[in-house]
Amino acid sequence: MTENYSEIINEVVEQFGKDRSRLMDITRAVHAKLGYLPEEAIGLIPKALGIHRVEVRDMASFYAFFSREPQGRTVIRLCNSVVERMKGADAVAKAFEKAAGIKFGQTTADGMLTLEYTACIGLSDQAPAALVNGTPLTNLCPADVPAIVQALKAGKSPRELPQARVDLNLRQPGPVIFAPMQRGAAVRRALNMSPEEVIKEMNASRVRGRGGAGFPTAMKWDFCRKAEGGAHYIVCNADEGEPGTFKDRVILAQCPDLVFEGMTVAGYALGAVEGLVYLRAEYEYLLPSLEQCLAKRRSLGLLGENICGLEGFNFDIRIQLGAGAYVCGEESALIESLEGKRGAPRDRPPFPVQKGYKNEPTAVNNVETLCCAARIMEKGAAWFNAIGTKDSTGTKLVSVSGDCEKPGVYEIQYGMSVDALLQLVGGQNAQAVQMAGPSGQCLAPKDFGRSICFEDLPTGGSVIVFGPQRDVLECMHQFLEFFVEESCGWCAPCRAGTTLMCKMVEKVLEGKGTRNDLRQIETLGNTIKTMSRCGLGQTAANPILTTLRNFSNLWDAKVRSEDYVAPFDLKKALQEACAVTGQKPHAEE
Amino acid sequence: MSQQLKIVIDGKEISAGPGQTIMEAADAAGIYIPRLCFHEGLPPGGHCRLCTVKVNGRPVSACTFPVAEGQVIENASEEMTALRRKIVEMLFCEGNHYCPSCEASGNCELQAMAYRLGLLNPQLPYLRKPRELDASHKDIYVDRNRCILCGRCVRASKLLDGKTVFGFEGRGINKRVAVDAERSLNETPFSVTDQAAKICPTGCLTLKRKGWAIPVGQRAFDKGPIGADIERK
Repeated sequence: MTENYSEIINEVVEQFGKDRSRLMDITRAVHAKLGYLPEEAIGLIPKALGIHRVEVRDMASFYAFFSREPQGRTVIRLCNSVVERMKGADAVAKAFEKAAGIKFGQTTADGMLTLEYTACIGLSDQAPAALVNGTPLTNLCPADVPAIVQALKAGKSPRELPQARVDLNLRQPGPVIFAPMQRGAAVRRALNMSPEEVIKEMNASRVRGRGGAGFPTAMKWDFCRKAEGGAHYIVCNADEGEPGTFKDRVILAQCPDLVFEGMTVAGYALGAVEGLVYLRAEYEYLLPSLEQCLAKRRSLGLLGENICGLEGFNFDIRIQLGAGAYVCGEESALIESLEGKRGAPRDRPPFPVQKGYKNEPTAVNNVETLCCAARIMEKGAAWFNAIGTKDSTGTKLVSVSGDCEKPGVYEIQYGMSVDALLQLVGGQNAQAVQMAGPSGQCLAPKDFGRSICFEDLPTGGSVIVFGPQRDVLECMHQFLEFFVEESCGWCAPCRAGTTLMCKMVEKVLEGKGTRNDLRQIETLGNTIKTMSRCGLGQTAANPILTTLRNFSNLWDAKVRSEDYVAPFDLKKALQEACAVTGQKPHAEE
Repeated sequence: MSQQLKIVIDGKEISAGPGQTIMEAADAAGIYIPRLCFHEGLPPGGHCRLCTVKVNGRPVSACTFPVAEGQVIENASEEMTALRRKIVEMLFCEGNHYCPSCEASGNCELQAMAYRLGLLNPQLPYLRKPRELDASHKDIYVDRNRCILCGRCVRASKLLDGKTVFGFEGRGINKRVAVDAERSLNETPFSVTDQAAKICPTGCLTLKRKGWAIPVGQRAFDKGPIGADIERK
């Protein structure tokens, strides 16, 4: 077997030019060939690359989509994120376990099927959903499951299943992202200007990053252009992993041309020769059409050498697939991942615009931001900044899911109130709205008059509606579990803090909490927020902290009046000892 | 000559050199900023976050953040001390730290930090997760129960010893120190004379056959709190 592995691995490593920075691709390819990563492979990859075994182990153990155990020929990854569970994912899970005869986390004895849970896969608008060997199945219901399992066990491709359908659910197109486009128009207009003028135009548009943080795009490009380095890079962050976000899925399916157009404009402005798209592993099914779009652009002279006939402007785009890690949406973690390492964020400074990918100046932009950039080039800054509000120009894509009649993607003008959005989506009787996903804030009706914009309620795009029937605190608990799962583990406050917080919240939700427990939870949450190294940790406590503020009545109703309630059940804890010694526990007073 | 700049830490103005980190400048001025994962002679790791200070109101890690003219820095305030104490509490509850029976007691930086910051009894729940012990090496134990994932051994082995004996594995709460071998430490070129063998702040990397060699009263932190060496400068 070893000899066989050795041959396969050497071939893969050769295929990627024995380049250590392509370790992600190498590991992905080996995983695809062997079905998992056996210890032998973990030993052979570093040998072929001339690196240490522990480096490969470090990288491979980080990502959710790499398995160290043999997996079934078909791997079913059912999404059990909050919205999916609201829509019945638990019942679907039970149906899968029954039909396959195994539990989640297990593989059938015949090696045909593996059942796994996964975090949000960007299909909350058609939940419950699953990825089957990468192919999305949507709108699942328990009654469908036996036939799905039977077909997959019989060796049918998941693509042939009736549930293998992703609806676009683009409910409201707007003028910036989803308006018709003329391929190449933005690039041609940019090339008629100097790179400095392009950045000036971007500056005049006052466009800000669409990932949520809202950093002025022109400033990022300017810093990057001016930073000294051997090469400059533009990176498109297509790793939307915030639960409830799926706007980039719709962009990448509907108008990838606009994204690549924006990247090419950025490449010209920054003086970059290479652009990279970091595509989340959950969106692997979009890869063929994206590659097709890139090929088309190459054939039209919009990528490659001397683009649009401009002597010396050479620029091309490569797509890098991730392997399942929410934290890689953080730009410096994304860069680490692009370099074939664990996706641990970096300390700043230096910022990516100074030292990013391969330590060269790198601008990382959200998919939607790059679309805005293309449109600004095409239609001009004045056209763009006439839309939206003073500090939030243009439109914003929001992905709405949960308890509403029309879940999907809406291109709205900045400044729209939460109330107006709820009207639009049919979610008027909302009890709460999770704005900007779990890392954002949980809003109560008193806040529904507030506006979606950087000045008031910024969002990366995730909007989850909780109807009156929902147990909001249980949903917050599930969000916290998500952060526990996705913490990279680099820094102590996020790594240990999220897990400890989860335990304490569970105590309260089990009816064993006191007022003191709530105070402890708040103190811990504030520590995680202030002391964590990156945005993930700094926002991980938000589901709890914002509900302690906005839904204190719900928390108050959960706690008991005693000063102290033990987190454990004394009788249960003594059970084993009693059984061994033949004694009976003291009856409590 | 490079130009000196002025920064203010807790109301005290000190001078700093361009290119220095806040921690380096503070150390030179005899101001102690608590730290666990930082070690002189190694690049900062940014793991423990204990050295977080507020620069003009914004929290940053002093071990990585460069000085700049006019920074107003909050270090030993009640608020920062409470935040740091909470992190130390988290570390105690995350691992399995039994000070009275630990060989590192009195020399342990985690324990000393708890004393310095005034941690009395943890309020957080203990995780009590069993962690792996590697006793395969002839001279050194790796007792992960006591590991705080500071990464000092990882950096030291790579950068000072040129060996990369240690690395990380897993993510989140399941992250652990791994060894560069299929199974255990004895398969690596690790040696008791390595810098990495001497750099552990707790009792995770412990010498075999050398238990409790230093009498109580003469251990590293018997005579003064952690950080006293810097404050004496």
